Amino acid sequence: MPDAPGLELLAQEIRAEHEGSVLDTEFFRDQAAVIVAPRQVGEVLEHLRGKGFSALMSVHGLDYWPEEPRFGVQYELLDMRAVDRVAVKLRVPLDDPHVPSVTPAFPTANFQEREIFDHFGVVFDGHPDLRRIHMPEDYEGHPQRRDFPIGGEPVLFTHNEHKIPRYYQ
Amino acid sequence: MEIVRHGKTADPSDFRVRQMRARDMLAGDMDERALEKYVSERVLTTTLDRALNWARGNSLFPATFGLACCAIEMMSIVGARLDIARFGFEAFRASPRQADMLILSGRISIKMAPIIRRLYDQMLEPKWVIAMGACSSSMGVFNNYAIVPADKFMPVDVHVPGCPPRPEALMHGIIRLRGLVMDQPDLGWRQRYNAVGTEEELDRVDDVPTDAEGVGSA
Amino acid sequence: MSTPVRPPGSDYRRQEESISLTPVDQQIAELDTPDFGETELLTINFGPHHPATHGVLRLLVTLEGEVVRDIRPYIGYVHTGIEKTAEDKPYWKAIPVVERMDYLAYYFNAYAFCGAVETLLGVDVPKRAQYLRVAHLELNRVASHLVWLGTSALDLGAISIWWYCFRDRESVLDLFEYSSGQRMHTRYIQVGGVMEDVPPGFVAKALRFCEDMPKRVDEYGAILDKNEIVLRRLRDTGTVSEEDLLALGVTGPLLRATGNPWDLRKAAPYCSYEDFDFKIPVGTVGDNYDRYRVRLAEIKESCSIAKQALLGLPEGPYITEDRKVALPPRHELATSMEALIHHFKLVTEGYRVPPGEVYHPIESPRGELACFVRSDGSSKPARVHMRDPSFVNLQAFRKMAEGSYIADLIATLAMLDPILGGIDR
Repeated sequence: MPDAPGLELLAQEIRAEHEGSVLDTEFFRDQAAVIVAPRQVGEVLEHLRGKGFSALMSVHGLDYWPEEPRFGVQYELLDMRAVDRVAVKLRVPLDDPHVPSVTPAFPTANFQEREIFDHFGVVFDGHPDLRRIHMPEDYEGHPQRRDFPIGGEPVLFTHNEHKIPRYYQ
Repeated sequence: MEIVRHGKTADPSDFRVRQMRARDMLAGDMDERALEKYVSERVLTTTLDRALNWARGNSLFPATFGLACCAIEMMSIVGARLDIARFGFEAFRASPRQADMLILSGRISIKMAPIIRRLYDQMLEPKWVIAMGACSSSMGVFNNYAIVPADKFMPVDVHVPGCPPRPEALMHGIIRLRGLVMDQPDLGWRQRYNAVGTEEELDRVDDVPTDAEGVGSA
Repeated sequence: MSTPVRPPGSDYRRQEESISLTPVDQQIAELDTPDFGETELLTINFGPHHPATHGVLRLLVTLEGEVVRDIRPYIGYVHTGIEKTAEDKPYWKAIPVVERMDYLAYYFNAYAFCGAVETLLGVDVPKRAQYLRVAHLELNRVASHLVWLGTSALDLGAISIWWYCFRDRESVLDLFEYSSGQRMHTRYIQVGGVMEDVPPGFVAKALRFCEDMPKRVDEYGAILDKNEIVLRRLRDTGTVSEEDLLALGVTGPLLRATGNPWDLRKAAPYCSYEDFDFKIPVGTVGDNYDRYRVRLAEIKESCSIAKQALLGLPEGPYITEDRKVALPPRHELATSMEALIHHFKLVTEGYRVPPGEVYHPIESPRGELACFVRSDGSSKPARVHMRDPSFVNLQAFRKMAEGSYIADLIATLAMLDPILGGIDR
């Protein structure tokens, strides 16, 4: 992991190259993260690739509900030569959940962005094949959102075991 | 410590009931279904039926149907330690049309459930289903939107609990199924420990379900 | 009798000699010529239920003759909502849920999650617990590779290898049962250490296993390594270049088979891996045969690591002493009021984890397995995401199998070692 000053230098460099891309930096438990504006995530990743972080290991999403902006998408980059990791994080609100897709540049993001679309509803512009990956194609709703109910069956006790309809009813 | 097993204690009222039914049968008063039931309970079923059931029970062909972690334990019973070949069940058939028994080993997601139903429909009678593991019988560890218990869309004969059930537990479930197939159903622990009559009294519910798909329905 | 009457069909020798077998590439090229006509592309469905026991993977394969032109994997048939369920449970109870993701490498799932939570909490894991974790992780790696070998050999037709591998896997599961009580999905790795100290006799049994196993691996190698069928099916099939694999994010034995010695145990050691001396098996070409050899060699290396861990097991506590995170030992509950309160709080509510986000990567049998945990200060995680290696490796499958035959597709799928529980989560 680049240490805290190294992270600041990196962030300054990226800011100098691409105006308005880096919003913040985070250094928590020895893990470095750069918070970027959603529109420019492709440029930031390319810049980092040029600095050696050529392997995109993971693209994952999360839901910060009830804080706004609600959805977060995080990219974990790995530099195999220097054994360094840096994360790129961004936040998008619910009313405009569009993030440019990095799949053309990093093919590994293909399935992972589809998973974020499936579970959160974040739309990746420019993705070659954006459709649901885990849930059935006609499923409604985005399950991993925090306000999606967890679902499940009621537990059968003796007081309700005969009231639950059987499958043939 | 001595363990005393009680045999079936004869109840005088039970005897009277049996006497009345025997009289009905001899007088030709029983309707067809009751008569069949009476005969099958008392008189030995035909030797052909018993032979067929014996043959079926000793050569069940499971369908290779592994879903998740329970599938690995199902593969273990084919392994050398707990060999199901000694019972005659080692011929796992990939095609559902050639299989007798579907072992639902693993969690059934909502995407997979219609496929399993279709597989079950493709199997030829007689067919049996073992719901292996907690996830397929009830929801298991995961009580959420993504999975469905097998009872919701298909009839299940034997549920094997565990997460994952030990191979021995699955073996026990298969042997119980074999008992069902050979018309010797194990009546359960209440019979064995003479605890019949200790069931909880529920309010009368009219739609108490009886066995929908009979076991060994031929 | 002027001329002997020849029975019909006896010219077959002459017929046979007149048939020339043109190589397949030439035949395909002939098919492409305009005067042959249109070739038909056939799309078939390798449905979710198929006998190659790699789980419920559905492939839509477009074939031209027997050559694969396009593959589209469809997944989600075992999707269990593990990440959503883990958000609903306290951290302690989320460990068994997360464990059931990649169902052959259960210790790895648990360790990725526990490591992430330990980073968030800032607790130290005692040395003895780290060594015990390493021993169990490596034994789990051996078990996972044995199942891989058994099912892959089954796919190729070498059916008896399956029984040998499962026999050895039973020995490993016996060891797991001895130390934790369960064969699979043991909750052995807990936040702060391990669930319980190993019983007496475990070290001796495990050492005996670790000495026997390399000899068995040699036996399997003797059967399969130079077998002509294995060579014909695995050599030069499913080859992808290292750059393509890196672009697709593939790690683990698939990447090591191309010659790239990337292994997190050596590159970024965690959990005392730096104390052990082991090699990383690396291939050269990156075809299926190299993947097979790499994994087989990895079994031996894992046995060696487990042996070193067990021989060098230090004395000490097996879980962190921090009572706010780990349950106090039961004998203390009778004497100390504080221990009782801690126990009560931990079991009912669970420990609260300070807010933050952490990404914890480890090396699982299939590649880089990482757990991302976000906590918001309460006793339940706010987001648990497992970066599963099979999920990412499956994207490389298309590149591996394009242009080869269906039989090579099956062999490649076997060597890819996908675990659908991890892919679908």
